[in-house]
Amino acid sequence: MEILVCVKRVPDTAENEIELNSAGNDIERDDLVYSVNEWDNYAVEEAIQIVDKVGGTVTVVTVGDEDADEVLRREMAMGAQNGILLNDEAFEDSDAMGVATLLKAAVEKGKYDLILTGAQADAGYAAVGGMLAAMMDLPYASLVNMIEVGDGKLTVGREIEGGNQEINEIELPCVLSIQTGINEPRYVGIKGIRQVSGIEIPEYDADALGVDPATVGAAGAKTKRVDYFIPETGEGAEMLTGSTEEIIAKLIDIMKANGGLK
Amino acid sequence: MATVYAFVAHNDGVLDDSAAELAAAAKKFTDAPVTAIVSGSGVDAAAAKAAELFPAVWKMDAAELAYPNAEVVRKALLNNLDAGAVVLMAHNTFGMDLAPGLAVKTGGAFVADVVAIEGADGDTLKVVRQEFGGVVSTHVTVDMSAGAVITIRPGAIAAEEGAAAGGAVEEKAVGDVSAKRKFIEVREPEAGDVDITKAEVLVSVGRGIEDQDNIELAHELAKAIGSQAEVSCSRPIVDAKWMDASRQVGTSGKTVKPKVYLAMGISGSFQHMGGIKGGLIIAVNKNPNAPIFQVANVGIEADILEFIPELTEALGEL
Ligand SMILES: Cc1cc2nc3c(=O)[nH]c(=O)nc-3n(C[C@H](O)[C@H](O)[C@H](O)COP(=O)(O)OP(=O)(O)OC[C@H]3O[C@@H](n4cnc5c(N)ncnc54)[C@H](O)[C@@H]3O)c2cc1C
Repeated sequence: MEILVCVKRVPDTAENEIELNSAGNDIERDDLVYSVNEWDNYAVEEAIQIVDKVGGTVTVVTVGDEDADEVLRREMAMGAQNGILLNDEAFEDSDAMGVATLLKAAVEKGKYDLILTGAQADAGYAAVGGMLAAMMDLPYASLVNMIEVGDGKLTVGREIEGGNQEINEIELPCVLSIQTGINEPRYVGIKGIRQVSGIEIPEYDADALGVDPATVGAAGAKTKRVDYFIPETGEGAEMLTGSTEEIIAKLIDIMKANGGLK
Repeated sequence: MATVYAFVAHNDGVLDDSAAELAAAAKKFTDAPVTAIVSGSGVDAAAAKAAELFPAVWKMDAAELAYPNAEVVRKALLNNLDAGAVVLMAHNTFGMDLAPGLAVKTGGAFVADVVAIEGADGDTLKVVRQEFGGVVSTHVTVDMSAGAVITIRPGAIAAEEGAAAGGAVEEKAVGDVSAKRKFIEVREPEAGDVDITKAEVLVSVGRGIEDQDNIELAHELAKAIGSQAEVSCSRPIVDAKWMDASRQVGTSGKTVKPKVYLAMGISGSFQHMGGIKGGLIIAVNKNPNAPIFQVANVGIEADILEFIPELTEALGEL
C-alpha cells in the first residue's frame, strides 16, 4: 500500500502559553516551541503500522517554509520513508481550500492508494482531508479511529458522539482523517532524527506543482483571518486568592455549600 | 445573497438542539427566509418540527438516507441546491464529515466551528472563531459571493425560543446517490468499571497531570472526598491509555451532571466542556489564561501536582 500522510508544523500548546503580540494582530511567535500537529502523529503511526502488515511505503508531505523540514524529519524518524515539502511565498496565508489545492497537486505527482490527514490542526477547521477528497473525487471518512485493510477496500471506524463508533466500508483509493487514540504513536529520540538528517527532501514551489499562485495563499483565500484577540472574560470564574491554606479553606467551604462534601 | 439553508440534525423525529441554534445564527446575518433541510428515512415528524422553526422546509426522504452517510447526503444535496447557496450546519461529527467536501463541490467558501456571527456586509460575512483549542479568538471574514458552507459550534449561539415560523414542507427528490462508502453499523462502547454519570463529585484530570503515576493523586483525593466522588478525565488521558474510556467526559465521551466538577489541569476545550451539563465547575490550572477560567464558576491558579496532595491532606484532617 502506498500511503501519503499530510502533516503540519504547529505551535505546541502544551509547551507554550500562547499570547498575543504587542500589536494585537498575531500571536507572539518569538520563542514559540513548535511540534507536529497532535492528530498527524497518530496518522503517521497508523500508516507505518499498515505498511508493516501489508507492505508498501509511507510518504509525509507538508505545506510550509524551510522550518517545516523538521516535522517531516521527525515523522521520517518514526518510520516514514519519504518526505515532500511544498514551499513558496505564494502559499502563505492559504485557507483550508488553498492548502487542499496544494496537497491535491502533490498527490497527483505520485500514485497513492491511501491518503491520511489528522482530524484537525491548530486552527480547528477539520477541513483539509474532506476538501482534498472532494477535489479528487475520492471517497472520504473523517474522525477515523479504526482501520482494517481488506481487498481493494478498508473497513473503518469513525468516532461519533457519546463514544459510539460508526463502521463503514470504503473503497480504495480514499482519504481518511485520523482521530487521536487510534494507536499509540511510537517515541522518537534524537538518535532517530539524526539518522534521517541526511535524506534529501524534495521541495516544490507553485511552478513545480503546476498551481496558479492566484488560487492559493492570501490571494486565493475566500476565508480570511482579520486578527487575533482574547475574548472579554464576561462572567468568568471567581478566582480564589491568598495562601494555599486560605485557598483550600475557601474551596472546602464552597464544596460543602454545593453539596460536594458530606 | 443567494438562498440560505440550514441542514438540521434530528433523531427519531426529535430535532437536535442545534436546529434552533442554526435558525438564530441565520438571523444574525440575513433577513431573508431560511430553508431548513431535513434528511433521512421517514422524517415527517422531524420535518414538521423544523417547520415550527423555519419558514420553509425541504424534506429529503429516502431509504438510502436512513443513516447519515456524508457521501450519500452530499450527493442528495448537490442534486437539489442551486449555485451560490449558503448552507449552515452544526459543527458536530457529521458536520465535520460533510461540510468541507460540500464546500468544494458547491464552489463556495468554507468556515468551520463558528462561535459567533457579527453580521454581513454585502456578501462578506463576519464571524468569530477560536484557535489553539480556545486559547485565542479570531475575527474571520468569509466571501459568500459564490456561496458558502458554514458550520456552527453546538451550544455557542443562543437558540431562539418559540419562533413559531409555520413553514411549508416541500418534498425533494433525492436522485442518484450511489457511493463508494457504505455504512455498516454503529457500535456502542463497552460498559466500564465505573459509572461517572452517577457521581455527585468528579475529580477530573487532564493533560496537566503529566504522568500515569500521578493519576493516583486523583484517586486519593476522590477517596478523601468520600463515596460520592469518582475520578474522570479529559480525552488525552484516555488516548494515552492511562484511564478507561468510560471515564472520559466530553462530546465523544460521557455527559455528566455532578454537584461539583473539579477540573484539574484541563484547558477547557469545547469538546470537553460539552460533556458537563450542570453543577459547580471548579478549575485548577497553572496557566492564568487557560480558557477554562472563562467557563468555570470557581478558579484556582496552581500547579495540580502540588495542589491536589495538599487538598487531600486538608480533607483528611476534617
Ligand atoms: C471530534 C473531537 C472530539 C473530542 N472529544 C473530546 C471529549 O469527549 N473529551 C475531551 O476531553 N476532549 C475531546 N476532544 C479533544 C479536545 O479537543 C482537547 O484536545 C482535549 O480536551 C484537551 O485535553 P486537556 O484539557 O486535558 O489538555 P490540554 O488542552 O493540553 O490542557 C492541559 C491544561 O493543563 C494545564 N496544566 C499543565 N500542567 C499543569 C499543572 N502541573 N498544574 C496545573 N495545570 C497544568 C495547562 O495549562 C493546560 O491548560 C475531542 C476532539 C475532537 C476533534
